[in-house]
Amino acid sequence: MSADALAPVAGTQPDSAGHFGRFGGRFVPEALVAALDELDGAWRTAMADESFRAEFGALLRDYAGTPSLLYEARRFSAKVGARVLLKREDLNHTGAHKVRNVLGQALLTKRMGKTRVIAETGAGQHGVATATAAALFDLECVVYMGQVDTERQALNVARMRMLGATVVPVTTGSRTLKDAMNEAMRDWVANVDETHYLIGTAAGPHPFPAMVRDFVRGIGDEARQQCLDLTGALPDAVTACVGGGSNALGIFHAFVGDPDVRLYGFEAGGDGVATGRHAASITGGSAGVLHGTRTYVLQDADGQTLESHSISAGLDYPGVGPEHAWLHDTGRASYQPVTDDEAMAAFELLCRTEGIIPAIESAHALAGTVALAPKLAAELGREPTIVVNLSGRGDKDVHTAGDYFGILDKER
Amino acid sequence: MSRIGVAFDKARADGRALLVGCMPAGFPSVEGSIAAMTAMVEAGVDVIEVEIPYSDPVMDGPVIQKASDIALAGGVRTADTLRIVEAVAATGAPVVTMTYWNPIERYGVDAFARDLAAAGGTGLITPDLIPDEAGEWLAASDAHGLDRTFLVSPSSTDARLAMTVGHCRGFVYATAVMGVTGARARTSDAAPTLVSRVRPVTDLPVGVGLGVGTGAQAGTVAGYADGVIVGSALVRCLLDAPSEADGLTALRTLSAELAEGVRTPTR
Repeated sequence: MSADALAPVAGTQPDSAGHFGRFGGRFVPEALVAALDELDGAWRTAMADESFRAEFGALLRDYAGTPSLLYEARRFSAKVGARVLLKREDLNHTGAHKVRNVLGQALLTKRMGKTRVIAETGAGQHGVATATAAALFDLECVVYMGQVDTERQALNVARMRMLGATVVPVTTGSRTLKDAMNEAMRDWVANVDETHYLIGTAAGPHPFPAMVRDFVRGIGDEARQQCLDLTGALPDAVTACVGGGSNALGIFHAFVGDPDVRLYGFEAGGDGVATGRHAASITGGSAGVLHGTRTYVLQDADGQTLESHSISAGLDYPGVGPEHAWLHDTGRASYQPVTDDEAMAAFELLCRTEGIIPAIESAHALAGTVALAPKLAAELGREPTIVVNLSGRGDKDVHTAGDYFGILDKER
Repeated sequence: MSRIGVAFDKARADGRALLVGCMPAGFPSVEGSIAAMTAMVEAGVDVIEVEIPYSDPVMDGPVIQKASDIALAGGVRTADTLRIVEAVAATGAPVVTMTYWNPIERYGVDAFARDLAAAGGTGLITPDLIPDEAGEWLAASDAHGLDRTFLVSPSSTDARLAMTVGHCRGFVYATAVMGVTGARARTSDAAPTLVSRVRPVTDLPVGVGLGVGTGAQAGTVAGYADGVIVGSALVRCLLDAPSEADGLTALRTLSAELAEGVRTPTR
C-alpha cells in the first residue's frame, strides 16, 4: 500500500464519537473510556504519521505478501455467467485478510507502549493472526476462545500455542465467539494499562470499527486499481461475505464513492433465515446494542442476544459492524443471506473449476455471486464484471467440508 | 430530593454508610428472588439493587454471570423484573435497578422509565451506558422522576468525572477496582482516591462497589464512602447453598454482618 492510499474516502467517516448514522458509538463501562480515547488518539496520530504508514506498508508488502493478486477466474466465470475477478486474500500470510488488521493494531500497540495483547476468536483464524503478530512484535498474547470452539478447532488451538500464545477456553454462556468477546472485554477492563484488546473485526466500540476498516482497506484500494489495469473499467459489482464484516468493508471502502459500482454483502443464512437458525444480523435481526456498539443484532423480544448458527465459524456471530448497518440503512450496499447449502455448492464449484479451496466464509461471497450474476446480466444487458473478495483459504475448513460432503474415510 | 437521597441523608446523620445489596431478578426464580431480597431487607440491607439479567454482562464476574444465566434459563422477562421491583418496594426499602443497555432499549426507553416509576423503583444504574450516549435516558428519567446512576472509574479523567457526576441524580457509583464484579480478598487502594476525586465535583452521595464481601470490608469502605454496594458475595450465599432455605439463612447472616459493618466505619 502506498502512503497516500490511506487518504479518507468522502462520506465514509463516522462522527467524532464514532457514529455511522444512528449506529456505532460507545456502549462500554466507563473504565474503558480512557483506553478507547488513548487508542483513538494513537490511531489518528499514527495515520497522519508518514513513518507509521511507511512501516505498516512495508510489513504488508514484505511480511503479509500484499498486494494480493486479482485473478480472473475464467472457468468459474463460464459457469456463473459473469466475468469474475477474485481478490486473492487467501494467499496472504496466515491465509486471510485478517493479517492486515492485526499488523496495524500490533504496530499501534507498540506505539502506545503496551506489552500485552488479548483477542477473541471463533474458528481461531483471528486468534492465529493475533498470535502471529504477537510473536513478530514480541508481545504477550492471550486468546479467548469458546470451549465449544476449542474442541471444534483443535488444530488452530495448537497453532496459537506453537506461536507462543496462551489460549483460554471460555466456559460461560453459549461457550462460543460472543462469550469469548465478553471474556476478552472483562480481561481488558482489569488489565487496561498494559493491554491492548486486538478486536478481530470492524465491530465493537469506537474507534474499532473505523480503525479496523482503515487497516484492511488496502484490499479495496488494490482491487480497484487492479481492476482498472486489467479491464480498463471499474467492476459492475463488488461482493463479499459479512460476519462482523471487516473483509467486506475492506473491499467496499474504495468503491463507496463510485455510484455505478454495486456493493453486495452476503450474510450467513445457516439453515435459512426463516428457520431462525442463522447468523444474518442485518437481514434477520434488529437494531440493538451488542459488544459496545449499536448495530443490527440477533436478539429476542427482551433484548437478550440469540445464538447464531452457521456452517462457517468465522461468520457465526450475532452482530455486525456498525458501518454495515449504516450502509444498509442508506441503501449504498445490499445485504442478502446465503444458506449453508448454497455456500457449500459454491465452495465445491470453485474447487472443481479453479483448483482453489476457499474458506467457507468466502464461499458465501461466491454463492451470492452465483445468484447475482444472471440478475445483473439481465439488468445490464451484457456480461457483468464482478470482483469477489476471496477473503481466506479453506485449509482450516477441510474437516468441516469433508464432513459436509461425506468424503472422509471412516475411522478404522 | 429522591427517596434514595433521603435514605443517604438519614444514614449520614446516623454516622454510618448505607448498605446496598444487589441480586439478579429471577434468580433462583421470580418468587425466589423476591424472598431473597425481602430477607436482605429484614436482615439490615438498606437499599436493594435489582439487576435485570442480560445474556452478555461484560461488567460482571463469574458469580453474577452464573446467577444471570440461571435466571434467564428460568425464563425471566423484563416485565417480571418490574413485578419484583414492585414487590420489594412494598417492604419500604428503596429499590434501584441495574442493567446493561440493550434490554432497556428493546423494552423502549421511555416505556421502561414509566413502568419502573410506576412499580416504585427509584432509578437505574447503567454499567455500559455512559452519559455521552444517554440522550434518550436523560430525557426519560427526567420525564418520570427517576434517579440516574452512572459509573465512575479509577481510570476516568478529571474532566470525565465532572461530566459524569454532573449527569447523575440520587447517587454516584464509584467502581473500586479496574475489573468486574466479584468479592476480593482485599479492598481496593484505588477506591478512597477515586472517592476523594469525586467529592469536589458533587454533593451527591457516593457508593462504592466491586470487591466488597465481608463486614470488615464494608466497615473499611464505610470509612470514606456514603454507600457500600455488595453483590457477588450475597449471590454466592444462594449459589453455594445445598437448598433454598439454607441459602436464605446464609443470606440473612451475611446481610446482618454487612449491616453491622456499615455501622462501624473504619476511619
